[in-house]
Amino acid sequence: MNPGYQHKGTEEYIESFERFASAHVRDNSALNTQAIQRFRELGFPTTKNEEWKYTNVFPILNNSFSLPSPSFRLKKEDIQPLLLTGKDSIVLVFENGYLNKELSSMEGIPKGVIIESLAAMHQHERVKMHLGKYAPMKQESFVALNTAFIFDGAFIYLPANTRVEKPVHLLYINDSREHATVVYPRNLIVAEKDASCRVAVTYHTLGNVNPAFTNSVTEVVAGPTTNVELVKIQNENNSTYHISHTEAIQERDSVFNISTITLGGQMVRNNLHIVLNDVNCVAHLYGLYITDGNQLVDNHTLVDHAKPNCESNELYKGVLGGKSQGVFNGKVFVRQDAQKTNAYQSNKNILLSDEATMNTKPQLEIFADDVKCSHGATTGQLDAEALFYLRSRGIGESEAKAFLNIAFAADVIKNISLESLRDRLMPLIERKLKQG
Amino acid sequence: MLEIKNLQARVEEKQILNGINLNVNPGEVHAVMGPNGSGKSTLASVLAGRDEYEVTGGEVLYKGENLLDMAPEERARKGLFLAFQYPVEIPGVTNANFLKTALNEIRKANGQQPMDSKEFLQIMKEKMKLVEMDKAMTQRSVNEGFSGGEKKRNEVFQMAMLEPTLAVLDETDSGLDIDALRIVANGVNALRNKDRSFIVITHYQRLLDYIVPDFVHVLYKGRIVKSGTKELALELEAKGYDWIREENNVHI
Repeated sequence: MNPGYQHKGTEEYIESFERFASAHVRDNSALNTQAIQRFRELGFPTTKNEEWKYTNVFPILNNSFSLPSPSFRLKKEDIQPLLLTGKDSIVLVFENGYLNKELSSMEGIPKGVIIESLAAMHQHERVKMHLGKYAPMKQESFVALNTAFIFDGAFIYLPANTRVEKPVHLLYINDSREHATVVYPRNLIVAEKDASCRVAVTYHTLGNVNPAFTNSVTEVVAGPTTNVELVKIQNENNSTYHISHTEAIQERDSVFNISTITLGGQMVRNNLHIVLNDVNCVAHLYGLYITDGNQLVDNHTLVDHAKPNCESNELYKGVLGGKSQGVFNGKVFVRQDAQKTNAYQSNKNILLSDEATMNTKPQLEIFADDVKCSHGATTGQLDAEALFYLRSRGIGESEAKAFLNIAFAADVIKNISLESLRDRLMPLIERKLKQG
Repeated sequence: MLEIKNLQARVEEKQILNGINLNVNPGEVHAVMGPNGSGKSTLASVLAGRDEYEVTGGEVLYKGENLLDMAPEERARKGLFLAFQYPVEIPGVTNANFLKTALNEIRKANGQQPMDSKEFLQIMKEKMKLVEMDKAMTQRSVNEGFSGGEKKRNEVFQMAMLEPTLAVLDETDSGLDIDALRIVANGVNALRNKDRSFIVITHYQRLLDYIVPDFVHVLYKGRIVKSGTKELALELEAKGYDWIREENNVHI
């Protein structure tokens, strides 16, 4: 028995899996079954587990969530304000985890490229080849749980030399107006040699009363000389529990940029693993979390430099108000083989109140000798001198504070290459910062 | 315009201003000089409302109102401007955005409509010429990576944009070479008019060759110990501050 895990509540999830499995007979049920077995062995992590030290998942188990069925009730108006990448995008709308084709816009997908429901494509040879191969379900109970319950999500397949110019938006809406619901979004992005795309995955809820539980996994396979950008935005309501895992594998000469933006949620855990699996890869990791009230946002990142001449650059920033808590844990492994690695990491936080807390832990493990690695972390108040400077020019105190916080956040957002998304994201960020 | 009466102030536990009296009328330029530690910057900070400074006595009337009761932003909205000795870098906020917000906050407080972007750009273009500022600087973050001279020019540029009625220049000449000094002084001179007053705080007489004051005051140990016209500055330049020290140590 693993001491870092607890089994209370586990049985309920297993029982619900059995009901779920009997209703969904599918080709990859072997993967589902294997996953639930692993989940049964692992159970839920407790705070005794070093990786979950600050994030107690027990509140999730105190709720009972129902698994939604594919019935669609959302209207165009419901999703209108959530179209964050703008009109000229390929949008897949997932209502309670299932693709709602009616509300989706799937025109303009280049020939040969697949952007589809994962459930519809589950027999595709590339799905069979890649699904579940990277996200570590052996170690991570939430990855195992997600894998057991895969019912839908997006499959994006870019054959060699293809390029998707339009932004791709995977829009997840969890409707918990009537029930507390649980969804298990699962995305698989496979880019073959020389392909490129930019994908935004955004999570939202409808309704404020019932809690919702989102447990998502995204796997990215970035082939040789590919360029893939992923932006994950969490803007669910403040009674949502959100646990996600993103796993990216990079092949030689590939560039992968990921931005992880967290605005909502009662408890949010973002796991991000990037494996630089061959030479000359570049990975940029950006993160922003803006919290208030009793929110807890925990970002765990791992960059695994497996091969020489790769570069990783990580910048995570947080603005924490109220009694909220932030956690940042950034691991960087530089394997013995990974000479000439450049790896940089920075975590900067502003605490807006005396009761907000931040736990930050950089963790560099370097086994190669010819490398450049650095890390830095700061946590503090707003710069009093800058605040006075703004006020001395006639800008009111709360306006001046918001100004400085917005500038602090914009420093992360400016790295997103999709201008249409940046333009829609900044007002959301400004609104959240002005609430505090 | 401004009446400072027996102003006393301290920072932390240290008493710095020991009773300052000064009257500034519309259109006047007053130079305040003094050796290091005499209280020059403290005076500027108290006038602008920096909160580490505690006023322990006296009063300051600005346009007939109690200045010391006002928040820093209120003072600015009523036309007070401080050119900082050490302008602050604000990463992520462009000069243009910063100034537009400030300008419109001031306009709003004075019952005016916000300025539209076109008009703002037009005025900005005009005022940039005053201090020979490059257009690219307006799209850069406020003071970030600016040289010492660029920062001081940016202060004068902001002043030109916000059109204060009373400007306090806190050692705007420090750290400037002669060319930058000339540019900054030209900018200030262009803004002089019959309604606008200046308090020019400086350690050196040099600046006053370019910005010719109506009055010169010598600050020593937190008091104005001598007042005169621009000739006093020349006398200080020739004799240094020692004679002030000697004179005052005898008298006090």
